[in-house]
Amino acid sequence: MGMTMFEKIWNDHLVRDSQRDTSIIYIDLHLIHEVTSPQAFAALRETKRLVRQPKNTFATMDHNVSTRTKDITKVEASSRNQMDTLSRNCQEFGIKLYDFENEDQGIVHVIGPEQGLTLPGMTIVCGDSHTATHGAFGSLAFGIGTSEVEHVLATQTLQQNKPKTMLINIEGQLPKGSTAKDIILYIIGKIGTAGGTGYVIEYAGSAIRALSMEARMTICNMSIEAGARAGMIAPDDITFEYIQGKDFAPKGADWNKAIANWKTLPSDKGATFDLVLNIKAEDIKPQVTWGTSPGQVVSVDGVVPDPESFTNPVDRTAARNALSYMQLTPGTKMTDVKIDKVFIGSCTNGRMEDLRAAAQVVIGKRVAPGVTAIVVPGSGRVRKQAIKEGLDKIFIDAGFEWRYAGCSMCLGMNDDQLKKGERCASSSNRNFEGRQGPGGLTHLMGPEMAAVAALTGKITDIRKL
Amino acid sequence: MEPFVTHTGIALPLNRVNVDTDAIIPKQFLRKIDRKGFGQHLFHEWRYLDYEGTKENPDFIMNQEPYRKATVLLARDNFGCGSSREHAPWALDDFGFKVIIAPSFADIFYNNCVKNGILLVQLKSAEVDAIFEFAEKNKGATITADLPSQKVSAGGKKYSFDISPFNKECLIKGLDGIGWTLQFSDRIQDFETKLQQTKSWLVRK
Repeated sequence: MGMTMFEKIWNDHLVRDSQRDTSIIYIDLHLIHEVTSPQAFAALRETKRLVRQPKNTFATMDHNVSTRTKDITKVEASSRNQMDTLSRNCQEFGIKLYDFENEDQGIVHVIGPEQGLTLPGMTIVCGDSHTATHGAFGSLAFGIGTSEVEHVLATQTLQQNKPKTMLINIEGQLPKGSTAKDIILYIIGKIGTAGGTGYVIEYAGSAIRALSMEARMTICNMSIEAGARAGMIAPDDITFEYIQGKDFAPKGADWNKAIANWKTLPSDKGATFDLVLNIKAEDIKPQVTWGTSPGQVVSVDGVVPDPESFTNPVDRTAARNALSYMQLTPGTKMTDVKIDKVFIGSCTNGRMEDLRAAAQVVIGKRVAPGVTAIVVPGSGRVRKQAIKEGLDKIFIDAGFEWRYAGCSMCLGMNDDQLKKGERCASSSNRNFEGRQGPGGLTHLMGPEMAAVAALTGKITDIRKL
Repeated sequence: MEPFVTHTGIALPLNRVNVDTDAIIPKQFLRKIDRKGFGQHLFHEWRYLDYEGTKENPDFIMNQEPYRKATVLLARDNFGCGSSREHAPWALDDFGFKVIIAPSFADIFYNNCVKNGILLVQLKSAEVDAIFEFAEKNKGATITADLPSQKVSAGGKKYSFDISPFNKECLIKGLDGIGWTLQFSDRIQDFETKLQQTKSWLVRK
């Protein structure tokens, strides 16, 4: 019987195999950041344990850095304390750190792939739920808590129960105006935010194979919003081409050996999954969320749904709560919803292609009066490349703020936050209550749609442009 | 970690689906570098009327008697979804919650709770509905969760739940997970030696 890609990677990393219970798997790459690691290092010190493989661990500062300034003395004291703590921990335990001043600093899930750290067939973990991003390379990548960060630091392994497997097949051609973000929002809308709980999702089919690496990362990134810990896509020539020549990518003879190994990774024909879902790409219109959960999503040409239309009483209550929080009335056209802020960035949509696509939309135009729009590159490298291509000028000329790299308004842990009642068109990944700032109202969408919303001051159908 | 064997406490019914970890502990409280004191910020945005957390919201169930002393949380589907922040179980634990009962939990949250000695009980939706009904009709009633027998008792009824043998042992013994893994150090060493031969490109000098 054939094996799935997940099973191949899982089997290949078993240090202790327990068929029915908790196994121990080896972790090839561990990424850390300033927010979820301090308590792990403190516990290592308390228990007098060392980092087993400091060279397999890489650190960056992203969650609470300011994207307005590179002057660390201007950053709020407790945030600065976390950054200083990470610096001290990395120095003491011998871990490579992309700190605030490093020109390659950026969001952990942007810099891993960009540096060539993320490779097919790897197991990758990070104390951050969007670690699923790295699965776009055909790796098993998932988010962990701080106790697990400590466990990986001390043992380079994790205790894991074997998850189930789900195959999502997306065949056909994506309609004009739809992007990778729309694919994943559509999937979450279909299976729900708990639809993937307990599963690792493999995304496959002609619509996925046609996507660039950056688009594939957008899809895998939001697997967690469907409840799945990990999402993955089989590596192919597009993957290999992306990796080749990156700083940490295998070189010379190692490259050939690696490629030969990576080509064995894709799921075998006849491999069985616990669940299979088939989606037609042509059904996927541009998506936008109306509620406070990523599964509360409609096509941009749709309307705010009536909570009474939900048959499940729990969903009905959730929709009522969401509409009350979002200050929306059932039946309102999504394209009639006015916005105050626009955020383009995050580990979901803060890469070069996202910025290029958004710039294409705003070139020669102006941000609508009363709207504040910010563009936050995912990393120092993305920022540098964007400047090289003149994108910074396009954004600034159109009235956008052009920032330094960081998580910024995706989670509002820093100085970029929505104020109470402010409504945001956001290219990020979560529309939870208060996510972008207490009382802030978030509508998730792709970066092009966020860009066009900045110009019109309301949610706008990109296809009408 | 404190061992968990059995617990009886007041059940607080939190009738919301998809409660995310941002709601459990908002981001502005994640800037600490220790694990203590998160309980006062648990469910901050629902619990307080002001950003500073000085004015309680009287409509939120946690601010009503007898729920201030609740130690068993009744929840709905997909509890703990979203961010991987372990600050969420730290906040729940610090407030005093020892047991959470729901039809489903988010994966990362589940693991984080086990690592902090909190028992998560997953029951069928209809069973959770019944316990909700019992708790709502009998304010301040207690519920017992017994791990060795894998049973929850509420209103004279018993409900069986599943848990992996490993998680059960960790909770009952209050095991240090790292200590447990380190008994397999030889196997980790063997794995790393093999890696050098088979996947040289992964070995960083």
